[in-house]
Amino acid sequence: MTATQTYDALRHLADSWGLVAMGVFFTLFVAWPFRPGASNRNQAAATSIFEDDDDD
Amino acid sequence: MESVLSRAGLWLVVLVLAIMASAVSVDFGFGVHMVIVAIAAAIGLGFMLYKVDGEAIAKGIIRSPADPGRYDDEVIRWGVIATVFWGMAGLLAGLYIALELTWPALNFGIEYIGFGRLRPLHTSAVIFAFGGNALIATSFYVVQRTCRARLAFPGLARFVFWGYQLFIVLAATGYLLGITQGKEYAEPEWYVDIWLTIVWVSYLAVFVGTLVRRSEPHIYVANWFYLSFILTVAMLHLVNNINIPVSWVGSRSYPIFGGVQGALVQWWYGHNAVGFFLTAGFLAMMYYFVPKQAERPIYSYRLSIIHFWALIFLYIWAGPHHLHYTALPDWAQTLGMVFSIMLWMPSWGGMINGLMTLNGAWDKVRTDPIIRMMVLALAFYGMSTFEGPMLSVKSVNALSHYTDWTIGHVHSGALGWNGMITFACLYYMTPRLWGRTRLYSLRMVNWHFWLATVGIVFYIAAMWVAGITQGLMWREYGADGYLVNSFADTVAAIHPMYALRAFGGLLYLAGAVVMTINIWRTILGHLREEAPLRDATYDPAADRPLVPATAN
Repeated sequence: MTATQTYDALRHLADSWGLVAMGVFFTLFVAWPFRPGASNRNQAAATSIFEDDDDD
Repeated sequence: MESVLSRAGLWLVVLVLAIMASAVSVDFGFGVHMVIVAIAAAIGLGFMLYKVDGEAIAKGIIRSPADPGRYDDEVIRWGVIATVFWGMAGLLAGLYIALELTWPALNFGIEYIGFGRLRPLHTSAVIFAFGGNALIATSFYVVQRTCRARLAFPGLARFVFWGYQLFIVLAATGYLLGITQGKEYAEPEWYVDIWLTIVWVSYLAVFVGTLVRRSEPHIYVANWFYLSFILTVAMLHLVNNINIPVSWVGSRSYPIFGGVQGALVQWWYGHNAVGFFLTAGFLAMMYYFVPKQAERPIYSYRLSIIHFWALIFLYIWAGPHHLHYTALPDWAQTLGMVFSIMLWMPSWGGMINGLMTLNGAWDKVRTDPIIRMMVLALAFYGMSTFEGPMLSVKSVNALSHYTDWTIGHVHSGALGWNGMITFACLYYMTPRLWGRTRLYSLRMVNWHFWLATVGIVFYIAAMWVAGITQGLMWREYGADGYLVNSFADTVAAIHPMYALRAFGGLLYLAGAVVMTINIWRTILGHLREEAPLRDATYDPAADRPLVPATAN
């Protein structure tokens, strides 16, 4: 492949499947803390830094 | 015994190689650098041969508590001191170059202290020396406490600290000697880059090793930000520094990317150095130290995770906005602009998350100067992450690019966000690391806060005016179709602004001097006797029953 063809192939990959994959992964990661039952886990994680406070 | 011998042998080999490389070096700068490496190796060898316990001596000097503690905090104490030291050095260099710009006579015709050489010294000292040491120290502090595990590989952690200091010394002396790749924030030459790579991989090993050893099921979100910062900086550093040295015993090298590809790689690096070094790493500090100082959990843990992923997915594409109206393909410029504008949302999400942590406890802004510093840092994070996307819009950039507006923008982020959050973290950690009941003086924190805040206001206001003046004067055409102003006209027009900027820098430095004294005295264990910052007023005349007791 010439340099132009490589550029062209990567460019089309980036704005088709590359973009779709990024969108899907991003949506999954962002949706993850909203899954059912995550609320308590989030609360526990947020307050975990205050447990056993003699360590600070 | 065998390991002592082999380790001493290693130091000796490094020492001999450095002396040999210095002797056959093809340029003066490389020779000086190899002498510095030889001195470092000689110190290591001396400690090894005379069985000097360097750590015990260091403990005596910096007054570490005798109690080893639940966590391995010794490197963090060194890191706090290094952060303060390099902060002072970097701010002083910044003030000096601001004065050089205002009164060029201060260059004194000496090549080593000319603006062109001191400027990268200033930027690297504040970003990589001050900021880098703060990031290493706080990451070791936070990862141990949130994982409830002692630091993994304690020997390697010490190597990370001292290796990083050697990197700083080599980089800083190199700039003064005129050794540079000419890439902003990536100035160090090939051999210093290789050294930093070794140190950085060790840093990653210590951090991930500690995460693996954790006794908490969940990895607290601050560690996500730290880990993304360490990994991304490693990737950026490696790709942007693929260079071929001219000589194995010389300081010059050529990059393999040329022309516009080189420019794009450089600004992919440069902008993500801002995004991951100065943003993700410092957000990690925010997500641990703001809740701890406020004594209440982060406003929304969900939002912090959205903040994290949005930052990771968007930042990496924003670099091309540094190359508007250049030979870079137009679609790439537009892509950089669009992603920069999208970045506004996660940035403000993060700012709101930090500020709303104080929901229901806003009185702390009045009563606790450390919280006040954190709130100001978050406000500046919000302000500069609004200004950044705005400047990335092509039509705004047409006015602002190459002007002092950019310098003002960078400093509202660096002085306001990075500086203030780091100071707050230093004030939080120092009494705890040295086992003191409190800081030497809270009133001095208050002085630091106001000196720094007024200094930033002088700095950024002067740069806004100077930048917009420059931009408008550069583009002004007369009726005859020629440019109205010469470049020298614009320099003369903004001269007063340069003086005001230097004054702002002086105030900011003065605040840092107050901090240095405060932290020094805290380490020594002194407590300043002072009136509390705030107290409920007491009126003895009113402190009696409404009806006199005898009236009953």
